[in-house]
Amino acid sequence: MKILARIGFWLLVLMIAMFSLFPFYYAVISSFRSGTELFSVAYLPERFDLVNYLAVFQRQPFGRNILNSIAVAGSVVALSLALGITAAYAFGRISFRGRSLLLFTILGVSMFPQVAVLSGMFELIRSFGLYNTIPGLILANLMLTMPFTIWVLTTFMRELPKEIEEAAFVDGATPWIVVRRVFLPLMAPAAVTTGLLAFIVSWNEFLFALTFTLTNEQRTVPPAIALMTGSTAYELPWGAIMAASVIVTLPIIALVLVFQRRIVAGITAGAVKG
Amino acid sequence: MPRFLAGLLAAGGLVWSTGAWAVEISISCSSLGKEYEICKQGVDAWAKKTGNTVKIVSTPNSATERLALYQQLLAAGASDVDVFQIDVVWTGLLGSHLQDLTAKVQGAIDDHLPTMVETSRVGGKLMAMPWFADAGLLYYRQDLLDKYKRPVPQTWSDLTETARLVQEGERKEGRGDFWGFVWQGRAYEGLTTNAVEWVSSYNGGAIVDEKGEITIDNPKAAEALKAAAGWVGTITPEGVLNYTEEESRGVFQAGNALFMRNWPYAWALAQGADSTIKDKVGIAPLPKGGQDGRHAGTLGGQLLAVSKYSKNTDTAADLVMYLTGPEEQKRRGIQGSFNPTIVSLYGDNDIARANPFIGDLVDVFTNAVARPATVTGDNYNKVSTEFFNTVHQVLSKRAEPAQALSRLDRDLKRIKRSGW
Amino acid sequence: MSDAVAGRITPASARRRRSSLSRSRVRAAWLFIAPPLIVLGLVAGWPLARTIWFSFTDANLNNLREYEFIGFENYLANYDGEWLGLLTDPDWWRSVWNTVWFALVSVSIETVLGMLVALILNAAFPGRGIMRAIILIPWAIPTVVSAKMWNWMLHDQFGVINDMLLRIGLISAPITWTASPDTALWTVVMVDVWKTTPFIALLILAALQMLPQDIYEAARVDGIHPIRVFFRVTLPLIRPALLVAVIFRALDALRVFDLIYVLTANSRDTMSMSVYARQQLVDFQEVGLGSAASTLIFLIIALLVVVTMTVGRLRFGEDAR
Repeated sequence: MKILARIGFWLLVLMIAMFSLFPFYYAVISSFRSGTELFSVAYLPERFDLVNYLAVFQRQPFGRNILNSIAVAGSVVALSLALGITAAYAFGRISFRGRSLLLFTILGVSMFPQVAVLSGMFELIRSFGLYNTIPGLILANLMLTMPFTIWVLTTFMRELPKEIEEAAFVDGATPWIVVRRVFLPLMAPAAVTTGLLAFIVSWNEFLFALTFTLTNEQRTVPPAIALMTGSTAYELPWGAIMAASVIVTLPIIALVLVFQRRIVAGITAGAVKG
Repeated sequence: MPRFLAGLLAAGGLVWSTGAWAVEISISCSSLGKEYEICKQGVDAWAKKTGNTVKIVSTPNSATERLALYQQLLAAGASDVDVFQIDVVWTGLLGSHLQDLTAKVQGAIDDHLPTMVETSRVGGKLMAMPWFADAGLLYYRQDLLDKYKRPVPQTWSDLTETARLVQEGERKEGRGDFWGFVWQGRAYEGLTTNAVEWVSSYNGGAIVDEKGEITIDNPKAAEALKAAAGWVGTITPEGVLNYTEEESRGVFQAGNALFMRNWPYAWALAQGADSTIKDKVGIAPLPKGGQDGRHAGTLGGQLLAVSKYSKNTDTAADLVMYLTGPEEQKRRGIQGSFNPTIVSLYGDNDIARANPFIGDLVDVFTNAVARPATVTGDNYNKVSTEFFNTVHQVLSKRAEPAQALSRLDRDLKRIKRSGW
Repeated sequence: MSDAVAGRITPASARRRRSSLSRSRVRAAWLFIAPPLIVLGLVAGWPLARTIWFSFTDANLNNLREYEFIGFENYLANYDGEWLGLLTDPDWWRSVWNTVWFALVSVSIETVLGMLVALILNAAFPGRGIMRAIILIPWAIPTVVSAKMWNWMLHDQFGVINDMLLRIGLISAPITWTASPDTALWTVVMVDVWKTTPFIALLILAALQMLPQDIYEAARVDGIHPIRVFFRVTLPLIRPALLVAVIFRALDALRVFDLIYVLTANSRDTMSMSVYARQQLVDFQEVGLGSAASTLIFLIIALLVVVTMTVGRLRFGEDAR
């Protein structure tokens, strides 16, 4: 019985891994192929041809695009988390009038389709003189990540036992110190998780990045990939697009592997008992 | 290194040309690959000649995304891009943001294909210059036609019959995934181009006529759509209802289809070194609707236009004139197989040597059907969307051609109201 | 612990202390939420207000400077006895239905699947770090790319999915995944599930990680069946986090755009509300109508969120806690 359960568990793990991984695996295989080959099915790589990978970097400043993406996503995450955690403390631990209304207003920002805010945002960015700059993109992306960050962190903040901060307050700590010394460590799994999700949202953002930049040097990765063309108008450089997708997925995988300990190394039972 | 040299030369030119009127022009042409290289060579040559500098701005590959980006820039009155490469159906849509080139161009326009010139005008004014032409073509497998002793089809019913025969024959030989005819049936602009070809080959008009009258609700058009709906599931895979250009080329180039409707770009790729069908392919005008029908390929291609918000409209217009001039079009024709819009270039020996089939194309372009973009202006996208959605419904057999067309007629009249 | 504190100081001084403490805390609260509110107001305020304003005008993308206020005509208007406007457009209602259906089905599947994945990742087993990275890959590939990738894999003739199913013998003829109106929306759901399950899974995992372990110890000692523990202990404890994850996923699903746009373009059979709004705003240049559609999307989503929060009993009211 126990062995059966074990086998079942591993089968499940295997199935989930297959489902998640197969399209990526197929992208890796496709990135080694080119031309007519791409119109047929293959399950195993036939050869190890890096020509598409070279093409990605030769035909455009793709290294620069990756750096731009890192800069944008990194800044967006840092700002969202910094503003989000303090706001989450206020929303989650302190009761004041208008709290629900404010929270709902913040959520409301996420209720408009992106295309609807596009042209207003375009005007805004131009009037700040941030058109075709990285700060412009950071500003625009904050709109996408902040409501989410604030809400998720607030929820987690509320779930922490009430006793945690009382001791600190009695000892005369200011709210700021409470947030930094008491909640930041406890919130680590939630903060890392939200940060990671926000990072990916910003990393993958396409519409703003396409509209608010003009030159290849200022673009982030998704528009750079979408702008790849074959030698003529209708031809799709499938191999190169796949190679580029594989390249941009690697930093995310690295990021997860680095931070994954923090996702789970959260509070231990002892920390809450007090 | 060449880029550095060009930069140096341009900088040198800047110093020479008294500085005062040497300016920087930015142009949006295709972003990558061969098209980019060839565009770059062209603008560099102009920059060298005039002492100005040119910056190339990359735009999305997908036509809809590119149009959206242009509209965003133009609606904001942004001067970031001076020269736009636009599709033939966008002139009416973007016209109000473009610089009138009539005075600048004068007589030179008469050298160009009349069909292309027509797409560049809005209300009699020339808002863009033709750059290169495109039109729908029929691709066929010569080897298979020989094997089954069939001629290149002249009418759609010939095509249907030949396709059925060859498809049956090939499938009997064990090629279960072989199909007769592939084209573009996804609910997008491409379906409009395909369907306009069918309808006008039956003499059913092109949705709206030159005077702006809605003509689509006619028996010829219904006949054309009925024939096309008959292909789906018989000689054409049902999946075609979500194919764009590349998906159909995929089927054809893998050797799994006898006929394909596509643009001229597919030729060079089908003849590429790694192609399974190299030297087995031929191209021809698309079939006629019947004996009294006509060969109709939908006109495509690109124009160059100058933004009204440009700070240097005059210099930008000079660049447009240079790029669309005979010298540059010839170079582009030889090096990049871009089909010229200047009629006399079709008799040019150098171009003919580089593109053996170019002589056949001049007839296709001269007789090409234009989509009703100019006459419907701002409303073209609405007309086209209503049209391709109606056709898509007929093709997926959820509507009868005649009823669907009369419904379309009613919807188009509502869009038109008092005028386009 | 609070008892121990109360024991040290007298009730009266405690009350005084608490009220001044609570006043300073409220001040701190406003100090803490001011920066994000200012940033959001700056970034989102103008574009959103502008969209709502434009929905009452006849603005056109061709000339955004000249427009007239036309009241509710974009929503509903009567010209010569004929009712026109967004609320009478069958395509709009079709897109509303498509979107709601899509959101309901995909978010339900994603929640169940995400829970399963989170529970697995929460268990200790060798290679779980790698597994966590694997799970995130679908979410990490930019949608513009992954949607195109799926389009390629789902091609009826040379797509790998059909080839695989044919080889296994699950189907006897290739399926036209995205082309047939019967399967197109389900296909979109499938790709969406593949892509966004990691989002929910990761949030649930974080919630599971923050649960106090001693409850489980106690349950194990008492010999309570794990499934019972899950429904009686785990689920109620992670409910707020789960609900927030579901709400944000639903917000995204209700605004779904690029996935549907790349997979099936402007087809009416699969058109979502955002695709409809984009078509009006960009393709048709009708900024007024498009803004009206966007505003309606906002209202519809707000309504659905309120319903979800009421049903899920998620409250941030003054009285809570």
